Amino acid sequence: MNKFKSLKKTTRDNVAGYSMILPALLLLVVIGIVPIVITVSYSFQYKVLTDPLDTHFVGLDNYVTLLSSELFWEVLGNTAVFAVLSMVFEMVIGFIGAMLMNSAKKFVGVVRTAVLIPWAIPGIIIAYMFSFMFNDQLGVVNQLLETVHLIDAPVSWLTNGTTAMLAVVLADTWKQFPYISLMIFAGLQTIPKDVYEAAQIDGAGRVATFFRITLPNLKGILLIVLLFRTMGAIRIFDIIFGITGGGPANATATLLFQAYKYLFGDMNFGLGSALSTIITILILICSFIYIKVLKTDD
Amino acid sequence: MMQKKNRAAKIPGMIGIAIFLIVIVFPFYWLIVTSVKDPADISMIPTELWPSRFSGAFYESVFVDHHLMTYVVNSVIVAVGTMVVTIVIAFPAAYAFSRINFKFKKVVKNFILVANMFPIIAIVTPMFIIFKNMHLVNTYAGLIIPSVIITLPMSIWTLIAFIDTLPYELEESAMIDGCSKIQAIFRTVLPLSAPGIFTTAIIAFITAWNEFMFALILVTKDAMRTVPIAISLFPGQYTVPWGDMSAASVVATIPIVIVVLIFQKKIVSGLTSGAVKG
Repeated sequence: MNKFKSLKKTTRDNVAGYSMILPALLLLVVIGIVPIVITVSYSFQYKVLTDPLDTHFVGLDNYVTLLSSELFWEVLGNTAVFAVLSMVFEMVIGFIGAMLMNSAKKFVGVVRTAVLIPWAIPGIIIAYMFSFMFNDQLGVVNQLLETVHLIDAPVSWLTNGTTAMLAVVLADTWKQFPYISLMIFAGLQTIPKDVYEAAQIDGAGRVATFFRITLPNLKGILLIVLLFRTMGAIRIFDIIFGITGGGPANATATLLFQAYKYLFGDMNFGLGSALSTIITILILICSFIYIKVLKTDD
Repeated sequence: MMQKKNRAAKIPGMIGIAIFLIVIVFPFYWLIVTSVKDPADISMIPTELWPSRFSGAFYESVFVDHHLMTYVVNSVIVAVGTMVVTIVIAFPAAYAFSRINFKFKKVVKNFILVANMFPIIAIVTPMFIIFKNMHLVNTYAGLIIPSVIITLPMSIWTLIAFIDTLPYELEESAMIDGCSKIQAIFRTVLPLSAPGIFTTAIIAFITAWNEFMFALILVTKDAMRTVPIAISLFPGQYTVPWGDMSAASVVATIPIVIVVLIFQKKIVSGLTSGAVKG
């Protein structure tokens, strides 16, 4: 009798639970998973929009074309460079921001507000802001650098591959570091004060305290931020679209940007879908690591 | 002596904060200053860091020549629509995850987390073809539906974190008083969740307002474009109208910045709660 009753309760819970999550689940599967599956199926086809009648199955041909092209390795390298550079910049500046918020609690409101502005502005507008600031003739960056005599003549930042990448990284850093600052700041609040006091009594210096107490305590959060930013670097689009359009000569094209160019520039849905599938796999790997990290944190 | 030392020790920190704030605020300052310059002064070399004269010419140009209001209205409809649909779907789901023990709960919860990372590039092509067949291209619904899948996962997670903090006893006592389960939710959890729902709604609104790739690809008619896409299409083949783009960008960001200024505390708690807690 008792067992019957508890069984009934689990059934009731299952029905109640699933009916409440059903709309969300249905939407995410129909609008999210189904298109991804279709993209994967396109990746095995010759499918070019300007040649629609000739669509046919080609097996792994698109992947072979992709992996044997120099461009693929170039954009993969760009993605890695972008990911590493932006991560270093964002982590360092994000950390400084968090420490500043922590040390000057009086100004937390002001800093927090200022920090949220880049987060809240559309990426494409940030792209435009930075491309104007880095413009060779009208840009304020060149003028400021000339005023302080760091450069003699205007630098044309966006027509050189290396400096164009730097401009893109700086724009992304400006958009993303606030979020990192906020996360690290939230993490700093969870470290008990007496740990620091004990370290001070033991005569530990600032640097030692930072490496022995602050960093280890933030390990979980830093790992999450790292994963978020890796995925962010893979997914970045609007900032590159707005500042360089992938140029000059593919120097700032990432994997995703190249996929966009195949899909909506060349209208080559087969090749673009193969690259999109590769991106999806990379994202999935990061997601699984993320879930694992969250679990060990519990 | 001790106090003096403390005060002196604070000075580098204050300078640090000042530099930090300048770096954050300068690009935004530059945007606003450019937008109110006189068109003749924009190509002045060297540039004026503070304009010697002001003009509303660029604003007139974006509203009269570029029909910016059309795009603003589109953006508002899409962002508000996305926000409402997101909350209506996310709240019951978050409640179930927080309160009910159903089968495979952990798996489904993790799936939602993964859904937050869906690469849009792998979704948008089939979606374009499907939407075209369903006549959803160039419609508000065709923009709101894809936006919802971006905002939904993180909204659910933020709301779970919030509902977890509410005491379960409230619902129980409401049910002892004769409420049904659903009545109990409506009378206790829902009103108490108002601040959490509010925070989630603001973040969803901002995310939808800023959405770029779906809006770029799923709209082919100019009159249906949202503000970010419209601005990205301002540059002509040979010239970039920097002034117009600045003015339009200010218009597109001011509403968001005001929302941020008023609700900064709530936004921060929402941004950090969902991501940090498992």
